[in-house]
Amino acid sequence: MADVKSLIGTKNKKGQTFTDTWTMMHEAPRTPSFYTGSEVIKEALRRASCDVMIAYPITPQSEAAALIGELFAEGYIGDYFRGESEFAVMSQCAGAAFGGARVFTTTAGPGTMRAMENFPMWAGARLPIQMIVTCRGINSPLSIQPDTIEIAYLLNTGMLVWHAETAQDFFDWILKGYMVSEEPDVHLPLALCCDGFFVTHTKDVVNLTPADMCLPPYDPYRSPVPCMDMECPPVRMMRDPFIMKSNYISYATHASWQQEIWAAVERSRKHSIKWLNGLIDTENTDAEIVIVASGTAVSQSREAIRLLEDEGVRCGLVKVKTLRPWPEEEIRDATKNAKHIFVPEFNVIGWLAKEIRATVPNPQRVHAGPHVCGGMTMPPEIIVQEIKTVLGMKTFSMAGRGS
Amino acid sequence: MSKERIKISEDLYDIMPSDYQDLVKSATYGKEDRGWKDIGTSKELIEQHSLCAGCPESMAFRYILASLPNPEDTVMVGSTGCTSLVFPMVAVHNIHSLFGNQNAIASGLKRALSVRFPDRTKDVVVLAGDGATVDIGLDMTLQAWFRQEKFTTICFDNELYANTGGQESGLMQKGFVAKMAPVGKLFDKVRLPEIARESGCHYVVQCTVSKPSVIEKVIRNAVFVAREIGPTYLQLYTPCILEIGKNSMEGLQEMRDSEKPTERFAYKEYVSEPAKQLLAEIAAKDKERKAAAKQLAGQA
Repeated sequence: MADVKSLIGTKNKKGQTFTDTWTMMHEAPRTPSFYTGSEVIKEALRRASCDVMIAYPITPQSEAAALIGELFAEGYIGDYFRGESEFAVMSQCAGAAFGGARVFTTTAGPGTMRAMENFPMWAGARLPIQMIVTCRGINSPLSIQPDTIEIAYLLNTGMLVWHAETAQDFFDWILKGYMVSEEPDVHLPLALCCDGFFVTHTKDVVNLTPADMCLPPYDPYRSPVPCMDMECPPVRMMRDPFIMKSNYISYATHASWQQEIWAAVERSRKHSIKWLNGLIDTENTDAEIVIVASGTAVSQSREAIRLLEDEGVRCGLVKVKTLRPWPEEEIRDATKNAKHIFVPEFNVIGWLAKEIRATVPNPQRVHAGPHVCGGMTMPPEIIVQEIKTVLGMKTFSMAGRGS
Repeated sequence: MSKERIKISEDLYDIMPSDYQDLVKSATYGKEDRGWKDIGTSKELIEQHSLCAGCPESMAFRYILASLPNPEDTVMVGSTGCTSLVFPMVAVHNIHSLFGNQNAIASGLKRALSVRFPDRTKDVVVLAGDGATVDIGLDMTLQAWFRQEKFTTICFDNELYANTGGQESGLMQKGFVAKMAPVGKLFDKVRLPEIARESGCHYVVQCTVSKPSVIEKVIRNAVFVAREIGPTYLQLYTPCILEIGKNSMEGLQEMRDSEKPTERFAYKEYVSEPAKQLLAEIAAKDKERKAAAKQLAGQA
């Protein structure tokens, strides 16, 4: 059963010291390193005390998944293998998590969709698996380019869903993510999303924690449901299985179980606020124009705001870090002064704008756009153009963008 | 898990459910030669079940649970279907997650248990129906075997989708008229035992559950081989009496009729060379142990 003595300060077989996560993330010295997003995922995993990682090739996450294989070969991961499809991989992850392991996997686009049946099951079974989603297009004709539409499908699975902007976010959030996910009052899977290629395949300076420090290991006996390892008594779970019953007790059982999953998502709020320093970041939200964005759309918005400032237009910014839990109060508060709320997105349907419209009073203030999709980049100029058009300012058409 | 762990505090004994008290008092966790003969004299690891009266699956469950060599350290993986009505009443940890992914779950589970308990034996046993094993889950069934995952796969073959009301399955006989096979099934029963052999299983048996002694033998062999060598597969005929138009008391006869040498469930076995060697070693040790016990009894 649970170890009564703390492992903090002791060493693992690779000589890394199990370190209090708060100390490791906030007080330990950081080394600036120039890495691709994929390499950053590997470096985070090196420090994550991960028991099992299961991989499958799909662009743009293949490199990260393969690099973690190298970590396994070096002895940093307990076990690692290539599954046969994303559906199987997510079930293999579930099996490992049921068995009490800290589990990690990565996927993208069509892989996320193929595996989809697993995600509500993960949440329902309270498995704190971490899955990196390097978003890409899912449409036909085939696309491998960045597009965040798959996040829309993850929002209602009962998983925690975070959207990283930069490789630095990624590095920190992979490690902090386990801390939130594994809290006994949360104990839910985390989909840690980023925009494929823009984050995975570009190089950036990332401040890394010391490589000789790692997270404390996962303790499966802090789980709110029994770990399936035959180390605690195998009590009979129920007198009648609920699946086939058409009666009030069975409906009530399923209903309360679902409600408990979403209550656990809510309870993750306080932990996420602590570890991420708030569910959103804000800049100049006293302005009449506020951009609300997530992922790399935040970076592009920052640049657009600088361009607008040159023309005398003052604009605030809200960076949404967690999509589940949804920062409802925070967004409402940050946009209370805004006459116009712009939501630039890397997908055609505008799922973030829909969420925001359902959140803020006077939702006619929300302008869903600009949207790019299918792999298109989002030059800051099109955000500027969108805002100026709404404000009735003169704009110039941009070549090659269909205007 | 040692039996110590399920002991009840004396102060709380009287408020524990009687089936838990029985589990502590007279279940056969930790008994080295446990087997089907314990049924009726000790607490079984299955409490009740909500299967149809006379369902051969319920017999199969009782024989299998009585025969697992190491139930105190065995985790079972199920799938959707009639078996998922039984698992909530089984006294070993068991996982139901989705339909057809049982061998993927078991792959992750076995690896996690190996990482977490490197110096202990933790057996993993999959038990699912033929729809789960051969149709919707075939990919994951085979891939687990290709990867030589060290667990046992048991398929309850009732030759149709019983729980959804008797639809055609891949293990159904050709020509059988069923739901979704309105003019009779058009292709042969899938030959999974042979596929299992070719896919790398080290111990494969196809039989019925008419004889508990046979089930005891094949379960023990399958678990021992999976533990030491690689994947094993048991395909057990558990006819759905309801869907083939039989009465409650006719399941046993149906199995006896189907296991005759010329019939489709005649006992069939494949054992790989390394598995043969292992089973011979285990048999020799068993013999030694029994001889020693006999000698001891004689001295007493």
